[in-house]
Amino acid sequence: MRYFIWLTFLLALLWLGLSGVYKPLLFILGGASIALVVWLTERMEVLGAEHDPGALSWRLPVYWLWLIGQVVLANIAVAAAVINPRRIRPRMIEIDAPQHSRVGQVTYGNSITLTPGTVTTRLDGSQGRLQIHALLPEAISDLEAGEMERRVCWLEGPP
Amino acid sequence: MTELILDVVSGLLLLGGAAFAVIGGIGVMRFPDIFTRLHAGGITDTLAPLLIVGGLVLQSGFTLLTFKLLLILLFLLFTTPAASHATARAALVAGLQPVTRDSTDQKETRSSNS
Amino acid sequence: MGAVLLATILAIFTTMILALWRAIAGPSVYDTIVGVNVFGTKTVLLIALITYFSGNDDLIDVALVYALINFLAVIAVLKLIRQRDLAAAPEGGDD
Repeated sequence: MRYFIWLTFLLALLWLGLSGVYKPLLFILGGASIALVVWLTERMEVLGAEHDPGALSWRLPVYWLWLIGQVVLANIAVAAAVINPRRIRPRMIEIDAPQHSRVGQVTYGNSITLTPGTVTTRLDGSQGRLQIHALLPEAISDLEAGEMERRVCWLEGPP
Repeated sequence: MTELILDVVSGLLLLGGAAFAVIGGIGVMRFPDIFTRLHAGGITDTLAPLLIVGGLVLQSGFTLLTFKLLLILLFLLFTTPAASHATARAALVAGLQPVTRDSTDQKETRSSNS
Repeated sequence: MGAVLLATILAIFTTMILALWRAIAGPSVYDTIVGVNVFGTKTVLLIALITYFSGNDDLIDVALVYALINFLAVIAVLKLIRQRDLAAAPEGGDD
């Protein structure tokens, strides 16, 4: 039930933000759309542990801020490599994804892909292995140092 | 006075985003194979939207326009990793070998099995 | 402010031309997809910038819809290339 209240709230926020025209007719249409979407979601049974909008905790904004800082740093490194392409040392590596849930592993993989200079090419969920294509040696040593891994584990919280 | 400062900061953010977008575009042209080009495309897909949307948000303040801009940024930041991963995965499955280069080997090798 | 916006728009145009060049030059079909993907995200930014440049706030909705369509298009084209069929069943396994 908590899922549906959260979903209704987020959808209402989205409608109000996107419409910008506040008239009774549009409120009725919006309410009908939200009811339809919530009903469809319930019928499709997609709202479960992996799709819970209410699972967003206070840790998420903190993690995003840190991630944006990392993205900016990695961007500067890759931009320098574009200007001087002799610096690139492309390599394929494999690292562990020790997160205990699928959402955690996917978050880790997507964070790695979002950071320029590293792209996750394969995620083996059952063994918790990530295959990564990396552009620069600095990016590889950063990944192997495990800062991002610890942050994602922290974001995920205890099992 | 604050208006002037906001204009200057927003202008700097916009020009910075534009510069990174062009650098990313040059990288997409210049890098030797598909996987390295993905990294260059990553610059234009992450930092350039961040800076440009940041600059535009500073100009409009708390309005619906800002909300929609931030929504666009959120969509872009959520979808580009998925698109990059799908492209890299599809290229690997299709048998394209990534160019790998050790620190001693300076010669250009190109993937040509397409 | 208009001059800065115009300069940014022109820079985005330059990037789009470079991405289009890569899409045409190839050599593999995946290079084309990388080029088209960059071209698409730059289009979103371009529309957002033109919204401010022209002062017509309704254009931002076009950018929003384009951001969604671009992602779906890239995924659909990748699936089409890989399986030659958009309606194919999902593959087994974990990839």
